[in-house]
Amino acid sequence: MAPSDVHVAIIGVGLHPFGRYPGRSALEMGEDAVIEALRDAGVDWPAIQVLYAGSMEVKNPEAITALLGMTGIPARAVFTGCATGGTSLAMAANAIRLGEADIALAVGLDKHPRGAFSDHPSVSGLPDWYGEVGLFLTTHFFGMKINRYMHDFGITPRTLARAAAKAFRNGAANPRAWRRTPLTEEQILESPYLNYPLTQYMYCGPNEGAAAAVLCRADIARRYTDKPVYLLASQLFSRREGAFEVLTPSLQLDAAPSPTVFASKAAYEQAGVGPEDVDVAQLQDTDAGSEIIHMAENGFCADGEQEKLLAERATEIGGRIPVNTDGGLLANGEPVGASGLRQVYELVNQLRGRCGDRQVENARVGYAQLYGAPGTAAVTILSA
Amino acid sequence: MAQQVPVAENLFTWPSDHPALIGGRSSDGRVVFPYRIHRLVGGVREELEKVELPRRGTLWTFTTQRFRPPSPPYARDDEQNFEPFTIGYVELPGALRVEARLTEPDPAKLRIGQEMELRIVPFRTDADGNQIMIYAFAPVDGTADNEEGTNRGSE
Repeated sequence: MAPSDVHVAIIGVGLHPFGRYPGRSALEMGEDAVIEALRDAGVDWPAIQVLYAGSMEVKNPEAITALLGMTGIPARAVFTGCATGGTSLAMAANAIRLGEADIALAVGLDKHPRGAFSDHPSVSGLPDWYGEVGLFLTTHFFGMKINRYMHDFGITPRTLARAAAKAFRNGAANPRAWRRTPLTEEQILESPYLNYPLTQYMYCGPNEGAAAAVLCRADIARRYTDKPVYLLASQLFSRREGAFEVLTPSLQLDAAPSPTVFASKAAYEQAGVGPEDVDVAQLQDTDAGSEIIHMAENGFCADGEQEKLLAERATEIGGRIPVNTDGGLLANGEPVGASGLRQVYELVNQLRGRCGDRQVENARVGYAQLYGAPGTAAVTILSA
Repeated sequence: MAQQVPVAENLFTWPSDHPALIGGRSSDGRVVFPYRIHRLVGGVREELEKVELPRRGTLWTFTTQRFRPPSPPYARDDEQNFEPFTIGYVELPGALRVEARLTEPDPAKLRIGQEMELRIVPFRTDADGNQIMIYAFAPVDGTADNEEGTNRGSE
């Protein structure tokens, strides 16, 4: 069979809830997530034939085999910034498509120190002065992108607060979320600006945790579960010249769309579905503004329409297009290597009808989007 | 003798009575900032021509930085007296949009579309007592010029 004819299913998912765990290593959290995913799939660790492990802080996350069992399988590290989870899932699926394995595992794990990410500008190909003067902060981009977007499309701070309040409300309904205290729109609007117009409660925080998924050839999935979830599409695109991206000392005047737009179009085409078919979406909400922008970049509405949609509660559970039903990054935080697989964990549970109080009724198609430095977007589409 | 020294070479013309940011232009007319020696143009590596970018433009977007950035790489010695600052992209007509610190720290006094002008401002003092100079943009109407902005050569 040609690789494109081989279909891939997810048969198990696992999570080490995101948060702060003094004394626990990222690899140990990864171990917990993998064991949960294996149990969910009904397979033992020796059945795994290939491993992709994603992390930002751990240089060799594939060293997790020391904890799970050193079975000699091909085990590779993966890193594409905030899109890492999408990449580890896609690479595990591709190994199955290429016939390298029938059963594969993708795991993401991370453990970040508190506060903004910090590094030397040279790791991003930027000159030293860019860091010296205080420009080397990814958060500037999020403030500047939504500020311009609000100016161009008439989005108000109230809409940002609605998106954040929804995240904390969904987090409160999710027993495995990090932030489980609902906040009012007023509390969110009145918290101090971190990067104008984004306030403290409109931002996610880097934290710790892990997530994992077990994948297999779709034609054998029913040996393991009566509710396989099928991988309809996985796409990743990098930035184009002129696109407004993180950590960019200058922008060309002839603007290009974000890589999310290209990843989204390609994923819909690959999956043979459109945004109108999506029942539940997980969108990268590094901040409340990103969620608003990503609604349009992923085809769920026109630019500016978010103002009306959020007022009508269209993105709430029970609304027309529920977004970030587990609380998203805002309520879960972001261990970078694991975050994309946390989205997959939630979607698989939604498509299997296992989400209890926050279940989206009759969810059949799930959509996950990631975006991060240096301008990389990944989209995954799943179906029951 | 203490001097005013640019934070990096080839970033802006200095000393100068009319300092400008330095970009690199390729044969297809495209301008890049910061300047670099080479760029691939249509698959061919081309040496870029050094050009001075326009000194005035309009504010395309902006945000604030409330906390002292992680140091390193941030190099200003203001651990005890850090003051929030603003950054933005300034659209320089016919060239590109340049990311920069802005001299006005209050976001309520900034407005997308307002006219901005380049300033070369002191940022920190190095171990030899030299003033390290950086580029920033100031609102042209002068309502927001409180970061000891100067466009003169060494004093």
